[in-house]
Amino acid sequence: MSGIGIIASIIDGVLVGSVYGLAAMGLTLIWGVMDVINLTHGSIIVAGMFALYLLTSALGISPYVTLVPVLVGGFLIGLALYWVAVHRMIGQAPLMSLLSTFSVNLVLIGLGTALWGTVFYNVPVSLPGLTWQRYTFPGTHILAAALSAVIAACLYVFLYRTQLGKAIRAVAGNRQAAELVGIPTTRVLALAFGLGVALAGVSGMLIATLFPFTLLSGDAYQLKSFVVIVLGGLGNPAGALLGGIALGLLEGLVTPFIPVSWTLVIEFALFVVALIAFPGGVFALRRS
Amino acid sequence: MLRRLSFWIITLFIAVFAIAPAIGGNVELRESLVLATVYVTLATNLNIMLGYAGYINFGSIVFFGLGGYFCVYLMGAPGWPLPVALFAAGTAVSALALVFGLGILRLRGAYFALATIGVNEGVQAFVQNFDPFGGSSGLYLPVTMFKPLGGPMEALWVVYFLLVAIMGASLYLSYAVKLSKFGLGLLSIGQNEDAARILGVPTRRYKALAYSVSAFLPALAGGLYFFKSAFIQPSDAFDLTFSTEAIVIIMLGGQGTIIGPALGAYLYEELRGWLLTSDTFSHFQLVIAGTLLLLIVLFVPGGFMGWLYGRWPRLRKVFE
Amino acid sequence: MKLIALLAAVTAIAVTPAAFAADDTIIIGMTQSQTGSLNVDSVAQYRGIEMWRDEVNAAGGIAAGGKHYKVKFVSYDDQSQGGRVQQLYTRLIVQDKAEFLFAPYSSGLTATAAVISEQYGKVMIITGGAEEKTYTLGNKYLFQVITPAGHYLSGALEALHSKNPKARVAFVYSDDPFSKAVISAARDQAKEAGFDVVIDESYAPSTTDFGPIVNKIISARADALFGGGHYPDSATLARQIYDQKANLKWESLLVAPGDAKFATLGPAALGVSTGSQWELPVKFTPQFGPTGKEFAEKFKATYHIDADYHSASGYAGGMILQHAIEQAGSVDPEKVAAALNKTDVTIFFGHVKCATEPGDHGMQVAHQMVVAQWVEENGQLSRQVVWPRDAASAPLLYPIPSH
Repeated sequence: MSGIGIIASIIDGVLVGSVYGLAAMGLTLIWGVMDVINLTHGSIIVAGMFALYLLTSALGISPYVTLVPVLVGGFLIGLALYWVAVHRMIGQAPLMSLLSTFSVNLVLIGLGTALWGTVFYNVPVSLPGLTWQRYTFPGTHILAAALSAVIAACLYVFLYRTQLGKAIRAVAGNRQAAELVGIPTTRVLALAFGLGVALAGVSGMLIATLFPFTLLSGDAYQLKSFVVIVLGGLGNPAGALLGGIALGLLEGLVTPFIPVSWTLVIEFALFVVALIAFPGGVFALRRS
Repeated sequence: MLRRLSFWIITLFIAVFAIAPAIGGNVELRESLVLATVYVTLATNLNIMLGYAGYINFGSIVFFGLGGYFCVYLMGAPGWPLPVALFAAGTAVSALALVFGLGILRLRGAYFALATIGVNEGVQAFVQNFDPFGGSSGLYLPVTMFKPLGGPMEALWVVYFLLVAIMGASLYLSYAVKLSKFGLGLLSIGQNEDAARILGVPTRRYKALAYSVSAFLPALAGGLYFFKSAFIQPSDAFDLTFSTEAIVIIMLGGQGTIIGPALGAYLYEELRGWLLTSDTFSHFQLVIAGTLLLLIVLFVPGGFMGWLYGRWPRLRKVFE
Repeated sequence: MKLIALLAAVTAIAVTPAAFAADDTIIIGMTQSQTGSLNVDSVAQYRGIEMWRDEVNAAGGIAAGGKHYKVKFVSYDDQSQGGRVQQLYTRLIVQDKAEFLFAPYSSGLTATAAVISEQYGKVMIITGGAEEKTYTLGNKYLFQVITPAGHYLSGALEALHSKNPKARVAFVYSDDPFSKAVISAARDQAKEAGFDVVIDESYAPSTTDFGPIVNKIISARADALFGGGHYPDSATLARQIYDQKANLKWESLLVAPGDAKFATLGPAALGVSTGSQWELPVKFTPQFGPTGKEFAEKFKATYHIDADYHSASGYAGGMILQHAIEQAGSVDPEKVAAALNKTDVTIFFGHVKCATEPGDHGMQVAHQMVVAQWVEENGQLSRQVVWPRDAASAPLLYPIPSH
């Protein structure tokens, strides 16, 4: 494959990878702040996808405008999830929160299947792309990547420049100390969880502008999110974005040279190796 | 061990499985119990890692699937007879588990859990590309495979009784481990791994051993199950749903106990079987399973046995 | 003690006599994929079989040996997973007393179901499993109604050859039993035809992002693409090829383009072709049963959507089973199997005849596929038959218009 082809692959990988990174950001935030692995993550991503579909087909509004309602809706759902499944599990063994979020996930998938079935949905979004040589970068990919970067930047500003963000980081660092200084930890935890879920929902909405989906699509993205988090470092949203880009880059780089069917094997091998060799994340940046 | 009541309760449980379908050659009952025995086997062995040592293995199905593949492969091309293929499959999978285990058991808690998912998905993706194992098409066993056992109908009975035997072995093994020094070491790891290590428990060795031991019987079960199915493909062999159901079962029954996973497996399988074929509820199977699990995790984390112990503390000595 | 009660209960269940089917009803068992990734086409297939049942019962049942048998279905959801199929088919036979079986949708699920039907000696009609391997393992009771996998793309390759014998061909297909079987045959055919095969790769069926593969196709300067898999991936592949402006001159994808839903892809669907087991424009003169037009009209009136080849296959399966029972004059599995072995008929679906040698028993040997392509008529997308020429309802669209 020509050099240009490889570069085109890399660029597209980075674009799609940014969205993977956004998807993982919510997960890593929750994990970092309260030591909970949110196994409803995949379902929330799917919920975001459905939100895009329902809002655009029922109300006819432009796809990208749905970003705000999805963000808000996701936040509220996240708050609800926190109170139902997570609150009682804080401080307990990780198995418990894994199981509680897992069980909620089963309920969500089950309800979704009963109500909507597992049919294929497609939201046709088309934007003029950039063509370079014989390769085209679809406008949707570019815009999704740009939005992911913007949201990541907003998250960074929120966590480092606002009172609430600092409170979240304090609770993440040492919950008891934060409690002692007067931070209402429970409320902060609920907020952080809501924020993490909102991010997952928005990433789903963006992914739906790129690819078709079904109710069961969430699993694949949840697995990718895990890989991204391991690469980027636990609890580190900036790392998540970089990890996502790294994953997208890997997929783009591997494909020209190796039969495509081996991509998953390499991804998972990398995942396990990274877990063992780089416990703090490959991009071991300062924890937020 | 023979003097303890729990031993006899386990024996009775196994006897029911063995005898009930044999009365009148009840094929219906046998078929519904086959999956139950598999679930009990998977849950009981998983309990060794999860219930005793506190290490969540999300991908325990990988042992079942690989055992199936090794067994079906060895019976196919090289043409080995069933018992030999089974034993070879079990040994191979345990050996692989030991190797993988030494690698990923350095990880703690959630990291370990994720790594087990990675191992399962990675092995599945690998097998899909691995031609000797049939790649994504899988491996078939022609109907003639059942001749040495006397034909398909007889073979299905033989397979069933072997599965019951493996289930029995799992229960006895789990109990024996619990009563042994090894088991005590695992339980201490589950309580506080660092303290255990400081106190001299050889944690790394014990964990790796537990991981490897908990792989052997599921591998045998897998070999039998896929022999009976005469067909194995990656998506069935490495289905994460199975191992997550095993986790649900352990929680339902009561982690760290012997009878808990066994009872939980039987109840869960009956519930699942009923939901699957009930007209109104088959769509709600997941909703019910999920709600059930959520309620248990939130309110009765000790599972059924935990609740039982809470009401009648004396039973702790009797039903282990 | 609790366990004694358990033992008693279990024994009680065990000795309860099972219900017997009334001797003027035939019970037919099957699973469908009401949920899971195979859902779309499995439901389409089921609708065809269901319509057959309703018509037969409305006409008084199947006439055999002086009696009339009403048809009753028992079906379960296999959730598109092989793991459930065997358990469910065993239950259908052992508990629900099914006398005949229809296979699930898709080659993978059909293969696992076939094991059970053979183990218990029940006739199984296959209307949605094209892979050949299943029939080579020595069966006696399997009967396939649709054309096997190896022929799915042969028409499309011939069509391409008629327009561009020197085309650069790319094979990009899903790593599943059905698609692999199709491409394996297509590959041999392409080599014989003298095409230049520039890419030949499979992707994991769960792949969601085909961007990298499409870039690879572009880099290889391919003119034509053959591949895909089942509905979700074929549809996504088509969409991304369009979004990335690969501007292929010819695209033949499996399964998805045969479905009416494919039109929702909009401009990405234009020019995409597929091998189809049945299309309305192709006219056969049936020896019995409805004509293609009658079938399509009845289907549309019943379900308010157009019939596709999956529904036609299901309906044809029902017709063939009925015909065999009538010819055998009995519902005994051995007699019906013998009648099926002798079946050599033409119905609305085409010519149907199964192989009878042990080495490939049950495989369909007479039915032919056509190539259907999405073309534009008065600004609207519609699916037409473009190959073979004597069956065509619209001219071949080559090359696909670039954008």
